[in-house]
Amino acid sequence: MQAIAFYLLAFVTLAAGLLVVSARNPVHSVLFLITAFFSAAGLFVLLGAEFLAMLLIVVYVGAVAVLFLFVVMMLDIDFEALRKGFAQYLPVGGLVAGVLTLEMIFVAATVATNGAAGKNATPMASPEGISNTEAIGRVLYTDYVFFFQMAGLVLLVAMIGAIVLTLRHKPGVRRQDIGKQVARSTKTGMELVQIKPGEGISE
Amino acid sequence: MIGLSHYLIVAAILFTIGVFGIFVNRKNIIVILMSIELILLAVNINLVAFSAYLHDVVGQIFAMFVLTVAAAEAAVGLAILVTFFRNRGDIAVDDASMMKG
Repeated sequence: MQAIAFYLLAFVTLAAGLLVVSARNPVHSVLFLITAFFSAAGLFVLLGAEFLAMLLIVVYVGAVAVLFLFVVMMLDIDFEALRKGFAQYLPVGGLVAGVLTLEMIFVAATVATNGAAGKNATPMASPEGISNTEAIGRVLYTDYVFFFQMAGLVLLVAMIGAIVLTLRHKPGVRRQDIGKQVARSTKTGMELVQIKPGEGISE
Repeated sequence: MIGLSHYLIVAAILFTIGVFGIFVNRKNIIVILMSIELILLAVNINLVAFSAYLHDVVGQIFAMFVLTVAAAEAAVGLAILVTFFRNRGDIAVDDASMMKG
């Protein structure tokens, strides 16, 4: 049963990943990216890492993929022109990808049989008796609390950076200037003008 | 029986799909960013698989930090992309060398 689930999720993840890079329409790419993340979250659940699976769905599907979707739909881009060169780069890309896959599979097989992790036959994402979330919390808020804070800082800097990059002040927009309002007095705010009869005021 | 090697092989193939995506879509920076997300997902699968099979929860902590950095990178990358599009009206990457000195 677990094997069936694994092969199904792995196949969907890889197929969706391949469609992300080969889809004609980038909107479809984003949707396949969401599918890939969902299936990868399923793989995490199979391994017992439920907390990270939920995090993957909330952060990636809920935030990052929607951000991609926003940008793809907001920008008016001629995507057909950007696809030029796809067939030209296909052979060399396929060659590099094939070599890389073979090498990584060899390394993975060696590590999985001879490495330290190869001794344990069953996955156990959290120690006996406590839930996965509790296990992560116990380590994250004690040994890794500094790195946790730094991760928060990274997110803050990224947020400020994104705002600074995309914010623009439009010229000609009237905004309230409180300093100007407060500094205004009767002397500067009012002017007495002598008007000659029949001429009116010429500014 | 599903072992560690199965997860590692899935992650390896996903990683190469990401690299392949950068190769074939080198004009379309949106797909390049998505390929980078795929690569980081493969890294996360590796980390979580090792964490589960080593019976050590630290790998999942590390995967969480990778997730954080990936989210930050996507946000800043897309912001740069939007600014670039506003300035140029196009997102072709080969024209992006206008800043060279």
